[in-house]
Amino acid sequence: MSGLTTSALNAEAIIEFRGAGYRLPDGQQLLSNISFIVQRGETLVLLGRSGAGKTTALRLINRLVDPTEGEVLIEGRRTLDWDAVALRRHVGYVIQETGLFPHYTVEKNIALVPRLAGWPDLQIRTRVQDLLGLVGLDPQVFLKRYPHELSGGQRQRVGVARALAVNPPILLMDEPFGALDPLTRAEIRAEFQELQRQLQKTIVMVTHDTSEALLLGSRIALMEAGDLKGIYSPREFLHSNEPVAAAYSEQLRKLEDFERRQ
Amino acid sequence: MNLTQFFSQHSSEILQATLEHVWLVGATMLLAVAIGVPLGIVVARKPWLSKPILGSANVAETIPSLALLGFLLPLPWLGDRADRLTITALTLYALLPIIRNTAAGIAGVDPAVREAARGMGMTSRQILFQVELPLSISTILAGVRVATVLTIGIATIAAAVGAGGLGEFIFRGLAMVNNQLILAGAIPAAILALGADAVLSVMERTLRPAR
Repeated sequence: MSGLTTSALNAEAIIEFRGAGYRLPDGQQLLSNISFIVQRGETLVLLGRSGAGKTTALRLINRLVDPTEGEVLIEGRRTLDWDAVALRRHVGYVIQETGLFPHYTVEKNIALVPRLAGWPDLQIRTRVQDLLGLVGLDPQVFLKRYPHELSGGQRQRVGVARALAVNPPILLMDEPFGALDPLTRAEIRAEFQELQRQLQKTIVMVTHDTSEALLLGSRIALMEAGDLKGIYSPREFLHSNEPVAAAYSEQLRKLEDFERRQ
Repeated sequence: MNLTQFFSQHSSEILQATLEHVWLVGATMLLAVAIGVPLGIVVARKPWLSKPILGSANVAETIPSLALLGFLLPLPWLGDRADRLTITALTLYALLPIIRNTAAGIAGVDPAVREAARGMGMTSRQILFQVELPLSISTILAGVRVATVLTIGIATIAAAVGAGGLGEFIFRGLAMVNNQLILAGAIPAAILALGADAVLSVMERTLRPAR
């Protein structure tokens, strides 16, 4: 019931956290009383230092963990009411270490979710080729390669292609560019912006990199020690008086000053 | 009479005993894999069961083989036939390396891979059969290899309860203080062990996922 009214009132809210928290069985509180809404088509960046609860918040969305307090709604329905497997196929997931299956070729890795979903072979093959093209990898060259035969950047591209395979409306990205060298990272970020412009996915991305957050996020959710400090547009973030946000933008300003002095 | 002559004169008996030996070991390994791999999976997935399972397998390993055969002899169905009895005892010995390696193989799967598999919406069963087992196959095979070599050796004791195999020659040779008889059992057993080790090593290497 409440699910219905929510979606009627707030048609554009695709993800909603309502006082959601997560405590480990040993009592350690990783996330407390978080509430926010993600609009369809936006990129929300969860920014914060390691241990701030960003990844836990992300894992609440695809039910890799269930909230111990409050609730999380996906398309107006509580995650607990979703079948976990169905929900995860509805939500693409990209992680830093990529988690590509080392015993699968690039083709099989990307085909994983369509295969689980029972797509016909021919459709899967076409889809895999299209996706490789989309992330800028030549299918002729890469289809039959194994993950260990790829560079870090190529692996991350395959990870993105795999997450997009069944065209999920939501994409979760946990420090997707964190393990890459700075040049590759900049390259892939730019490609990713272009991709996002084309695909218009709802994205929740975790990062501890301020410039990445400002560059890719339509809004930035600042997290610290399991709390949500606030949600800002990139512009608001840069001018915020909130101490943690100010500390982040201070860091950025120092970097800019350094460049100016050169 | 030198050893070569002895072997050629008794070649059919030696072959017969070797085949018996292979049957005992083969049946044991099938049984041990069928029991040990599932137990290893349980050990990896249910930490609270890992102590009792590994503990029992460890205890079985410490019982001297002759004594174990003696313990099992009075049991109703088992004691009826020597090969049944022997295969049961050998299986108990073969379990530990298989259980331990299966559990270690699964525990060794990259957590990022498992996280991704769950995040992609794979069920726990799909993760086991499509990710965890394929990725630990070479570790599991290493356990099977150790267990096989161990079993080929211990199976010579089976002759003590009349199950046949290459132990027959060894026991007879010991009784008659005849070294040639002992070697007629020991040499084929050693060759079997080396051969099994070589074949399983090759399988282990070919099936190891590249990284």
